[in-house]
Amino acid sequence: MAGRTQPVSAWPGIGAAVFLAVLILGTLFAVALRAEAGSGLGKADWAAIRFTLLQATLSALISVVLGIPVARALARRRFAGRRALIALLGVPFILPVLIAVLGLLEVFGRAGWVSTVLETAGLPSLRIYGLHGVVLAHVFLNLPLATRLILQAWQEIPAERFRLAAQLNCDGRAFFWLIEWPMLRRIVPGAFAVVFAICLTSFAVALTLGGGPKATTIELAIYQAFRFDFDLGRAALLSGVQLVLTVVAALVALWLSSSTGFGAGLDRAIRRWDGQTAAIKWLDSIWIAAAALFLILPLAAIFVSGAPGLFGLPASVWSAALTSILVATISTLLMLAFALPMAFAVAHGKGQAVEVAGLLGLAASPLVIGTGLFIIVRQFADPFSLALPVTALVNAIMALPFALRILVPSASDVVQRYGKLGLSLNMTGIAFLRLVLLPRMRAQIGFAAGLAMALSMGDLGVITLFADPDIATLPLKIYRLMGAYRLDDAAAAALLLLVLSIGLFWLLDRGGRRHAEA
Amino acid sequence: MLKLEDVHIEKGTFRLSAEFDVTRGRIVGVIGPSGGGKSTLLEAIAGFLPLTTGRVEWEGKDFTKAAPGDRPIAMLFQDGNLFPHLTAAQNVGLGLSPNLRLSMEDRARVEAALREVGLGEMDTRKPAALSGGQQARVALARLIVQDHELILLDEPFAALGPALKAEMLGLVTDLARARNATVLMVTHEPEDARRVADDVILVANGMAHPPAATNDIFANPPKALMEYLGGA
Repeated sequence: MAGRTQPVSAWPGIGAAVFLAVLILGTLFAVALRAEAGSGLGKADWAAIRFTLLQATLSALISVVLGIPVARALARRRFAGRRALIALLGVPFILPVLIAVLGLLEVFGRAGWVSTVLETAGLPSLRIYGLHGVVLAHVFLNLPLATRLILQAWQEIPAERFRLAAQLNCDGRAFFWLIEWPMLRRIVPGAFAVVFAICLTSFAVALTLGGGPKATTIELAIYQAFRFDFDLGRAALLSGVQLVLTVVAALVALWLSSSTGFGAGLDRAIRRWDGQTAAIKWLDSIWIAAAALFLILPLAAIFVSGAPGLFGLPASVWSAALTSILVATISTLLMLAFALPMAFAVAHGKGQAVEVAGLLGLAASPLVIGTGLFIIVRQFADPFSLALPVTALVNAIMALPFALRILVPSASDVVQRYGKLGLSLNMTGIAFLRLVLLPRMRAQIGFAAGLAMALSMGDLGVITLFADPDIATLPLKIYRLMGAYRLDDAAAAALLLLVLSIGLFWLLDRGGRRHAEA
Repeated sequence: MLKLEDVHIEKGTFRLSAEFDVTRGRIVGVIGPSGGGKSTLLEAIAGFLPLTTGRVEWEGKDFTKAAPGDRPIAMLFQDGNLFPHLTAAQNVGLGLSPNLRLSMEDRARVEAALREVGLGEMDTRKPAALSGGQQARVALARLIVQDHELILLDEPFAALGPALKAEMLGLVTDLARARNATVLMVTHEPEDARRVADDVILVANGMAHPPAATNDIFANPPKALMEYLGGA
């Protein structure tokens, strides 16, 4: 090639990708070396594998099966608050898992709202620990995602098709087979695979609602092997199993799904002529109301039970909150330091390998990376003293695949549209970055940063491996409060976490979009 | 003088060859059928496409391997000549300093250029707040401050109405004549070429023909031009 024909270099991005690949594969290698010493999988390990697959299958199945009628109702009804409800469907993705768990306990737990009603009616109260608790929480967290994915596909059906169907007086069953079934057949397997892959690496839900020999996920088993037995060989072996499962699931999910579900245009109103009978209208309304209640009630419960104690929270909770903000900020900056150069490299057409490195974060589970880092770090330093930096790093890696999906299209677009102009003006490297790329990508950078911030704020994962009693992020603090049965404090701290997570997300996302020109 | 020597360009299965000189100060229309390689020729001269073989010279200096920004070339594209998030003055200022570090003197030159194209009051506006014609003027103001000796126009005014387009072409040619710059302008309208161009380069059938005097070539068109013009 004569000279370079791109305004910014791809090398920093390739460097970031190589660093990530070495880090992720290196930790795996460290784990694998340890695994050889192990003595194979025991009975409990097989139970964990079976439970992991069972709960992920059930969670994905229920999320998708319920998501279809909800998406269908949302796709064809117009009502006040529709936009707000669709926006709310995006919340569980950035919602700290512990908040979902606490909210669900407030509503469906033994002393929860539903149980109280049941007891007054003389019926037995609910218990949501074990398999059904884990599945309930996963459905709460992923039903909205499934609904959004399916709704998006519904909205992408060209308006002309609805017009044609109306013209042909095609309604009910014929309409379903002609228009909706082909779309569902295309989108549902992907939605199922995405939810399945997410639930496969579930840790915090299993930690709080599962546990015991009958309800332990692999991720949780790794934690127990590591934390309680300090059996690194077994942790390594389980990590290997987990890795194989997540890689396969992530590949299948990627292969089956092309869309991310946070695409724009979900609130677009398409004129519809089908499903106008009173009965179907009622049915749609019931689905929408039920989904809204299922989403809103647990969140409302956090507000109701958390608000009174919010300002009486012990100082340790506030300092944990500060720690969390610090970790999340560093994690967000790290994520951007990886994601931006990588997005630029992909925009240059040097994509394939760099994108794969970004996706490694999806396949590798946090606890596996955490275990690997522990094994490596242990040789040089006290791993427990590195709890917070490791947490920030692992969180950044976890947010990376999502950030790349947001940043890459935008970076490609800017380079394609303005690359030549920049080059002809001799804007290279820093000048193009500062004057063109970053300003033009502000909205996407803000969104990605908000996502990374919220995900890191709410993460209860690798920190549990490393933390000693003196250090806590806010989610870990909440978990400890729950463990000590200080449920009022836990609820108040959860409310604080909810406000901080959503608030920081909003701030960054909004900050990116403000003054951003078309 | 712009000199293309044994130039061959490959873009996928598309091939274009060119071998010609353009004398300093000439205004040259580049015409030919769509997909014939007019834009490809300009992109290769500007350095966006690597040459498979051959060399490009300007005033005896080889810039075959120079980066686009290092060539003595100012280029206007079909669209996207302005950054939408920068003001008119900033867009012009980029012609003086690609990192927008402008001295007082630079600022004065930007202001003067904007006044020259009739946008003296519009310096703080962003492209979205300007009409199509005004946006073209901002790009012109940047040509003015850039002060390059070779100007390449890849139909930057195609979206404007006929009167406005004629005015813009007039402004560019005046500018070029005033500083003895060479202009290569792609156009779809033989009329444009006839009105402002001294010479015409016909690009057709994978070949950029050497420039011929405009009057001669239209008076006595070669076969390829006849086919393009459809005159038979």
